[in-house]
Amino acid sequence: MANKILAKDKLDDFIAKLGQGAEVFAPKQDGAKTTWQAVSSADDVDFDFVNTDMSPKDFFFPQTECMMHFKNDPGAEDGMIFQAEEVIATPKSILNMRPCDAKAFQILDMIFVQDEMTDDLYWRLKREQSLICGLACNEPCPTCFCSSVNCGPHHEVGQDLQLVDLGDKFLVKVLSEKGEAKVDDLPDAADADEAKAAELKASAEAAMVSKVSTDKIAEKEILELYEDAMWDRVYEGCLNCGTCTFVCPTCHCFDIQDEVQGDYGRRVRNWDYCMSWLFTMHGTGHNPRGTKKSRVRQRFMHKFKYIPVKRDGEIGCVGCGRCIQMCPVNIDVRQVVDQMNS
Amino acid sequence: MQQRTEKIREMAKQLLADGAVDVVIGYRKGTVAMREQPFVAHTPEEADELVWTGFCCNNLANLMPRREDKVGVVAQGCVSRNIVGLIQENQVDRDRVKVIGVPCLGMVSKRKVEAAVDFKPIFEAIEDGDKLIVKGKGFEETLERKQMLRDNCFTCQHRNPVIDDGLVCDKVDDAAGGDIDKMAAPWEELEAGERWAKFNDTFSDCIRCYACRDACPLCYCHVCFVDEAKPQWCGKTQDTADVQTFHILRAFHCAGRCTDCGACESACPMDIKMRLLTSKIEKDVRALYNYTPGMDIKATPPMSVYRPDDPQEFIK
Amino acid sequence: MRNTYVPYPVRIKDVIVETEDKQLRSFWFEFLNEEDADAFKYIPGQFGELSIPGYGEIPIGIASSPTEGKDLLFTVNKVGNVSSRLHNMKPGDIMGIRGPLGNSYPLKEMEGKNVVIVAGGFAVTTLRSTMNWLLHPDNRDRYGKITFIYGARTPGMLLYENEWRTWMAREDCDIHVTIDRECEGWDCLVGFVPTVTGEVAPPAENSVALICGPPIMIKFTQPVFDKLGWQPDQIVMSLENRMKCGIGICGRCNVGPYYVCKDGPVFTKKELDKLPPEY
Repeated sequence: MANKILAKDKLDDFIAKLGQGAEVFAPKQDGAKTTWQAVSSADDVDFDFVNTDMSPKDFFFPQTECMMHFKNDPGAEDGMIFQAEEVIATPKSILNMRPCDAKAFQILDMIFVQDEMTDDLYWRLKREQSLICGLACNEPCPTCFCSSVNCGPHHEVGQDLQLVDLGDKFLVKVLSEKGEAKVDDLPDAADADEAKAAELKASAEAAMVSKVSTDKIAEKEILELYEDAMWDRVYEGCLNCGTCTFVCPTCHCFDIQDEVQGDYGRRVRNWDYCMSWLFTMHGTGHNPRGTKKSRVRQRFMHKFKYIPVKRDGEIGCVGCGRCIQMCPVNIDVRQVVDQMNS
Repeated sequence: MQQRTEKIREMAKQLLADGAVDVVIGYRKGTVAMREQPFVAHTPEEADELVWTGFCCNNLANLMPRREDKVGVVAQGCVSRNIVGLIQENQVDRDRVKVIGVPCLGMVSKRKVEAAVDFKPIFEAIEDGDKLIVKGKGFEETLERKQMLRDNCFTCQHRNPVIDDGLVCDKVDDAAGGDIDKMAAPWEELEAGERWAKFNDTFSDCIRCYACRDACPLCYCHVCFVDEAKPQWCGKTQDTADVQTFHILRAFHCAGRCTDCGACESACPMDIKMRLLTSKIEKDVRALYNYTPGMDIKATPPMSVYRPDDPQEFIK
Repeated sequence: MRNTYVPYPVRIKDVIVETEDKQLRSFWFEFLNEEDADAFKYIPGQFGELSIPGYGEIPIGIASSPTEGKDLLFTVNKVGNVSSRLHNMKPGDIMGIRGPLGNSYPLKEMEGKNVVIVAGGFAVTTLRSTMNWLLHPDNRDRYGKITFIYGARTPGMLLYENEWRTWMAREDCDIHVTIDRECEGWDCLVGFVPTVTGEVAPPAENSVALICGPPIMIKFTQPVFDKLGWQPDQIVMSLENRMKCGIGICGRCNVGPYYVCKDGPVFTKKELDKLPPEY
C-alpha cells in the first residue's frame, strides 16, 4: 500500500471522508486540559498538542458501562433474568492519536479478546467499528519513553493510517485496508517525502531523552523480582490513589456492581484499580494484597513482568508518561523500572 | 530556600544519628518540573537527599498515621496544624514525633504556571528569590513567584509551624496577605440554583481516583464511607449523583478539621477546585464556633464535642 | 459469539442446610433453558459465578459431577453480601449462573495413577465432584487406588455425610473421615487431617494428591507428603481469590502472571512454588 500525501488545505476533505458514516474525534486543548472532542472540520483540529490528559481507552472501555439489565420483579415473566445491554458500536474515526496510545490498543485487544470464553463484546464490537488515524510525534516530551518499551514516536502498530507532519503537508502512512479506503483519492508520496518522514522519525527518536531498560527484568525469575528489597522503599510515598491507573492507556482492571431502582435493575462495570485495598479483599476478611507495598509492587510487576511472561514478551506499558506527569507524589515509573532492571 | 534545605538536612541527620527518630519524612528532588517527591529518609546519609522548595505540594502529615516507628516530619504551618489534629484525634503520639518546623513562603501552583506559559510543556522551573524562571522547548520566561502561589497559600493565615522541635529559619509573617473569607464568598452570593449549577460544574470532571482523599491527612479511616459495602452508602459509577455524594460527604467529614493545606487540589489530576466546598465549611466553623483547626493540642474540635450553647439556628 | 458476562438463568431446585452452625447451605440449580444446560459442559475442579440480580456474583466451585445429570450443586459459605442473600433464597427462586469457568483437576493426567484426596472443612466441594466422577463406572477403571481423607472440627461440620457413608460401603476406595476431638456417637476417626494423611497415604510412586482445605491444614499436610517422598508436581491444589469477571480480564485474582479464574483455580505445588504467595 503506497503512502500518500495530504496537503494542509485538503484537511477538510480528509476529515469529511473520515466522517462518512462515522463520528470523528481528535485531541483539542480545552482550557488547561487537552481532551478528545468531536470534530467536523480542520478548524476544530489542533495539530500543536502534546497529548490528551486522559488516554483514549474510554472510547471502547468507558469508566462506567452498563453491561446488562433485568426486571427487578420475581413475579414477572422474565423477572430476575439478565438481558445483555445492546452494545452501541457507533463507527468512530479517531484522528491524531499518538502512537503510544494506539500501541496500547493492541495490548488491550490481547487482553479483552483471548478466546471463545474471554471475548469481551463490550470492548470488541466498539473497537471493530473504529478507524485509528495516528499522528507521529516529532517532538517527544521529557517524560516520554516509548522507544524503551517496544514502541516509538513514529510507531505504526494499532493504526489504520498515520500522519507525519512534514511542515507544509502531511505524509499519510497507509497501514490497513480500512485506512486505504479513506485515502485512495490522495496523491502518492514521492521518494523525497518518504525521506523527509524518515528523517523526522530519526530525529524524534534521537530527541527521546528518557530511556529505560527491561532486559534484566526479562531474565530474572518472578520471585527474584517479587522479593527484591527495592519494594520496601518504592511504596513509601504512595497514596494508593487511582490516578496512575486511571490515566494509563493500558490499565484495564474493572469492578462489576449491581444497582437497583424500583423494578429496574442493572449490572454495571466501572474502572477499578489495584492500588485499592478493596480490590483483592476476600469476603472472609483475608486480603492477599493487604499492604500498600504489595499493591504498588503489583502494578509494576503486572506491567513489566507478568504481562511479558504471559504475552510473549509484550510489555504492559507504552511509555506515554502520563503517570509520571500526574502522580501526586511523583512516583516515577522510569525510576522503578531502573531499579527492577538493576 | 537553599538555607531551609540545608538546615532541614542538618536537623534530620542529627535526629537520625541520635536515634531520636527512626525515619525523617520530607521531600527529595522530583523527576518532573514543579513536583518534589515525598521521601522517607532512613539514615543520616539519606537525609542529604532532602530538599525544601516551592514545589512541596503534598501534606506529609498524611504519611504519619499507623506508623509504628518514631518519625521526624518536615512541617510548615499547615502540616504542623494537621499533626496537631492527628494528635487531638489520637492518630499520632506527640512523644514519638519530632517536628522539623519550616516557616513557609507558600507553594507554587503547577497549574497556574502552566497557564502562564499557555500550557506549553515545561521542562524546568527554577526559584530565584521572588522570581520563578520557567523553561521549555524554545522558551524561557520569568514569572513573579507570588502570583503563582496556590490559592490556599495566598490566603494562608498560619505560615509558621504551630508546634515544632526546632525551626529551620526565622519566622515569617504568619499571614500571607490574602483574605481567607473571600474564598467562599463567590458561592455564598449565588442563588441556590446557580450555586448547584456551579457545584455541578466544579466536580463534573472527577474521575473518582480518590487522590484528594488519599492525599488528605484527615482521611485516615481504615474503611472510607465510599468503600463500605455493608451498607453501601454511595454508588460506584460515574453517575453525577454518585460523584457528588462522594465529594459532599467527604467535605462534611472534614468540617472543623481542614487546615486548608491544599494537598487535595494539588493532587487532583483533573484540576478540580474542591476547596470551593471546604473553604465555605471552614468559614462557617470559624463563624459559628470561633474555631480554627489544628492550633492547640488540648482543644476539642467542635464537631467531636457537644456543648449546650452550640449554635443550632442552621438546623431546620 | 455468546456474551459470556451474561449468566444463564437458573431456578433453585432444592436447598440443604449442611452444617450445624447453619453457615453452609447447598443449592441444587436447574437451568431454565435446555440449550443452556447442554452448553454448560464442565469438568470437576471448575467453578461457576453464582449471579444474584441486584446483589452481584460470587465464584463458587461446582460440587456436583457431570456424571450426575444436568442439575448443578453448589455449597456456599455465608460470608458476604451475595452469599448472605443466597442463604435467604428458596426453591423456585430465579437467579443466574455463569460458567463453567477456570481449568479443572488434571483428570486426564491422573489416569493410571493412585489418587489421594485430602479435604478439610467446606473446601471439600469440588472434591465431592471429583469423587463422584472417579467412582462412576465409566471412569473408575482408569484410575488406581483411591484414598479419600476428609476432616472437620465436629461431626456436624462435615458436609455430604450420606455420600461419604455410601462410599465407605464400597470396596473400590478407602474413605477416612475424621473430626478434631472425641465426640459421643462418632464412629469414624478422631485426629487432625495431616496426622491421618501420614497414616493412610500411599507411597509417592505413581500417585497424585488433590488437596483442598484451610491454609492451616495445607501448611501441616505439606510436610507429611514431603516426608513420604512426594514431589511438588504430584500435589495439586485449588486456590480461591476475589474475582469479578471470571474470564481473566478484570485483574484482581492474579497470582503472579496467572489468573486464578482462568489459568487456575487448580495449580500444582510445583507451579505455586515459583509464584508470589498472593492467595
